[in-house]
Amino acid sequence: MMDLSVEIPGLFNYWIVIILMMAGFYIVISHGNLVKKIVGLNVFQVSVFTLYISMSKIDGGAAPILDETIKSYSNPLPHVLILTAIVVGVATTALGLALIVRIRDAYGTIEEDDIIELERTDT
Amino acid sequence: MSPENAILWAIAVPLIGSIGILLTGKIANLRETVTLVTAVIMFLIVGSLTHIVLSGERPSVTLFEFLPGLTVTFTVEPLGMLFGLIASGLWIINSIYSIGYMRGNNEGNQTRFYFFFAIALASAVGVSFAGNMLTLFICYEILTLCTFPLVTHSGKPEAMKSGRTYLGILLGTSIGLQLLAIIWTWHATGTLDFKAGGILDGHVSGAAISVLLFLYMYGIGKAALMPIHRWLPAAMVAPTPVSALLHAVAVVKAGVFTVVKVIVYIFGYEFLAEQLTTNWLVYVAGFTILAASIVALRQDNLKRRLAYSTISQLSYVVMAAAILAPLSIMGAVLHIAAHAVGKITLFFAAGSIYTAAHKTEVSQLNGIGRKMPWTMGAFAIAALSMIGVPPTAGFLSKWYILMGALSVEHYFAIGVIVLSTLLNTGYFIPVIYNAFFKEADDKDDPHANHGEAPLPMVIALTATAIATVLLFFFSGLPLELATQVVGK
Amino acid sequence: MSATLSAHLPALQVVLPLIAAPFCVILRKSAAAWFIALVFSWVSLGISIMLLEQVLTHGPISYLLGSWPAPWGIEYKVDKLSAFIMLIVTSIGSITMIFAPKSVNLEIPKDRVYLFYTMYLLTFAGLLGITITGDAFNLFVFLEISSLSSYVLISLGSERNALTAALRYLILGTVGATFYIIGVGLMYQMTGTLNIADLAERLPEVAETRTILVALGFVTVGIGLKLGLFPLHVWLPNAYAYAPSVVTAFLAATATKVAVYMLLRVYFTIFGTDIFAALPIDEFLLVLGLIAIVTMSGVAIYQNNAKRLLAYSSVAQVGYMVIGISMVTATGLTATILHLFNHAMIKGALFLALAAVFYRIKSVKIDDMAGLGKEMPYTMAAFVVGGFSLVGVPLTVGFISKWYLILGALEKGWWPVAALILFSSLLAVIYFWKVIEVAYFKPRPESADTVSDVPLSMLIPLWVLVGANIFFGTNSNLTVSTAMGAAKALIGGAP
Repeated sequence: MMDLSVEIPGLFNYWIVIILMMAGFYIVISHGNLVKKIVGLNVFQVSVFTLYISMSKIDGGAAPILDETIKSYSNPLPHVLILTAIVVGVATTALGLALIVRIRDAYGTIEEDDIIELERTDT
Repeated sequence: MSPENAILWAIAVPLIGSIGILLTGKIANLRETVTLVTAVIMFLIVGSLTHIVLSGERPSVTLFEFLPGLTVTFTVEPLGMLFGLIASGLWIINSIYSIGYMRGNNEGNQTRFYFFFAIALASAVGVSFAGNMLTLFICYEILTLCTFPLVTHSGKPEAMKSGRTYLGILLGTSIGLQLLAIIWTWHATGTLDFKAGGILDGHVSGAAISVLLFLYMYGIGKAALMPIHRWLPAAMVAPTPVSALLHAVAVVKAGVFTVVKVIVYIFGYEFLAEQLTTNWLVYVAGFTILAASIVALRQDNLKRRLAYSTISQLSYVVMAAAILAPLSIMGAVLHIAAHAVGKITLFFAAGSIYTAAHKTEVSQLNGIGRKMPWTMGAFAIAALSMIGVPPTAGFLSKWYILMGALSVEHYFAIGVIVLSTLLNTGYFIPVIYNAFFKEADDKDDPHANHGEAPLPMVIALTATAIATVLLFFFSGLPLELATQVVGK
Repeated sequence: MSATLSAHLPALQVVLPLIAAPFCVILRKSAAAWFIALVFSWVSLGISIMLLEQVLTHGPISYLLGSWPAPWGIEYKVDKLSAFIMLIVTSIGSITMIFAPKSVNLEIPKDRVYLFYTMYLLTFAGLLGITITGDAFNLFVFLEISSLSSYVLISLGSERNALTAALRYLILGTVGATFYIIGVGLMYQMTGTLNIADLAERLPEVAETRTILVALGFVTVGIGLKLGLFPLHVWLPNAYAYAPSVVTAFLAATATKVAVYMLLRVYFTIFGTDIFAALPIDEFLLVLGLIAIVTMSGVAIYQNNAKRLLAYSSVAQVGYMVIGISMVTATGLTATILHLFNHAMIKGALFLALAAVFYRIKSVKIDDMAGLGKEMPYTMAAFVVGGFSLVGVPLTVGFISKWYLILGALEKGWWPVAALILFSSLLAVIYFWKVIEVAYFKPRPESADTVSDVPLSMLIPLWVLVGANIFFGTNSNLTVSTAMGAAKALIGGAP
């Protein structure tokens, strides 16, 4: 049996990751507003960033700086990876929003239901 | 020319001819000359191989290897030799006939017609000379595809509908069943070469043999076993020369030819005879013979009647091969030849009647024998051959099939042959009787004053009718080839 | 000089197109941008051929980026499989680039043409990067480079539906890529490495843990989304149907292939065949693959837009590849890898043919293609041969892959699978024949303008691909032996 009073605070970050992930994913799936979809996508991605950062943390570890006084430090690699992932995320968001602007020009709406209706009349 | 080169040229010549037909398409006379010359050259090349095969040689040529261990190979053996001779020989006569028919009926798209005809012949000879099952399959599929434009020649909606049936059944069975059987054979034995005595012995056993046989027999849709026969009546929307050469000779014979090939060279008939689970084929074929004959009795459209007669006659070959006695297999081989000349004559006659008198139904043919004596005379001879009356080729093959059935005491097969002979008589003799002895009743018909069909057509159908009789008296070559097939 | 240069080929393969892309932006001239894209595609093709040759003669190549030793630095790794996939991507890229200019100038506004070539080069670099990298996270970066640029490519389509198709793909694609990094993160958490070879070594110790199994699930779904694996394919038909013609041809022939490559890498190089005992992913893939080949071929029959029809057919074809993977045998993987190549040739040819049709009649609706057999004989003949290859008629590449796939099924004793594969080929006959019948046997409507065949600059690349369909269909030694070698390495390389 796991001792909840110990496990939950210790795994706090991971619980948050799961909650953010599910919330973001839910928004992507359920919201008809395209901008909100992109917001959801961002939340979803951020949850993964948190996952990576959390796993690199070492109890009592300092920042990964080359210094003789520092004996134990956090793993720097996930930080670097996530820097890359953040850049990718920003690019995705920018592209997504740009597409939405174009969609609004073309359809006059950014509600998915309306767009589907318009597409049906197109064909 | 070495025999190896002759094999390649036999296939290449009609292909080159087809290009020639395209190039000369604007000038009809030149185009028809190209067709005729191509047909004659092809027949001569195929014929030049005859004595080599008779002497026991099996010339073989490999084109390329397209999967490791699997090649496209052509090998001439007696059965293929016979089929090649029939297909290429009858192409000459059929080309003469086509000229009369296509011009007599002012058909459109004649260049396309001759072009695909030449390709169909190339693939038919490819089927007959195929050295392994995969090569045969490739040529078989090309034959299906290149005859589609011929079936749908008129382009009318009902032709397109029939074309879809035609393509659907032939491609469906060959891809769905035959290809599976071929890959299974390859998987089990590691070879697809045709070998005397078969290749499956020791690799497949028990009920699997029966399943494999089923996949092959129903995978070869061109043999038109019931219930996958419907494409053949559907194909009758094609112009008559197509029905005559392709759907009485090249295409359907490619089907039963493949059946015999598979039974003799893939399974090995002696191996099959040892199995207990494979004799269902005789019953299916026997059923098809009788059922198709009964349906033929009820058809008023002459070409459809002939088509159902073809279905029934094809099953003769399948049944004869399935009896698995050496004599009956010889009968099967002979019947390929005998039915070819007979049925092409019947179709020629049907086409002549359509061209000269614009009649398509059996019930309209009263008294026509007096106006078209040559046509109906030839029809009568060919019909007798279908029934199996001497001195026609049909008697010979039926005789061998009966002898084979007797030798293994297969009374079901004997019963089927006897009964179907009666049925054949039933659907052919009234046509002949009415044509010659009944008064014509078409006085109001604007086309009532007609004579014979155009001369090329009459020449062609007379020639094949004579061949039907000659094949009875001079049966040395086909008999010798048939004997070599069974190796006895 | 040549020795040092050839040692750096793996890096150049990715870096060259990546560097070339900004030059297209700087120059801003359509013709100049096209020329850059063309030259760099062909250079990459040359590099691919050299790499394949090196791999075939000397075995796998390992290239350390910036000379940082693996597993700390990023390692580029070229083995038979990745060299083969690179050959597919670069050859399709080179051929579509010859074809592209006329079609692109017609379908994309003039002031944006240079951006098209920029994005093409980025996609190209990304796809090559995915194939060549030996690092699981680096793979994600390249995946996003190729994905982001392909969203842009799709959105360049002339109809407004292209925008929504691109956005839908963007959302699902991003979800897929994010799933992939979740999986990679979990694996990193358990093993402390991102290098694929290193991962393969360390995973077996922890393979049975739930974290790793969850990671496998995430990665499968993530790649499945990029792959168009049924039922994660929903973005694909619209994306293919509304993208500019050339883009469809390029993406259909390369992007899904690279995704299949990722799947092969993850399953067989990283996890090894033992993982299928722990999690029945193989059965799961088999079922999805079978549903895909039957239902998607069925849906394709009812399409009136030829591009959409082929898009559904692509989903079905992915099903074949997945079935090959699910066999977990050398023959099955050979079939999958062969089909990667063969299907690239088939779909490349078919979509280029449609691009040519669109170039002339401004439509790819099947009804509008009536009578084209006479008016555009060379284009339609190419379409016919491509279609035969798709169906799997002998003497074309489609037959070769089908042969191995069915052989693989028979080896496993999977009779019903073999039968279903053949059945779906028959469905392919039906949907493909629909187009043929309209194009060849229906007369051109009176109202339609008469059109002539497309110029040689389009016909030649089209027929090169058609020729490849026949050449590799009759002479399959190179493709079969490479695929077989790669398959054996994958199966045998498992710990």
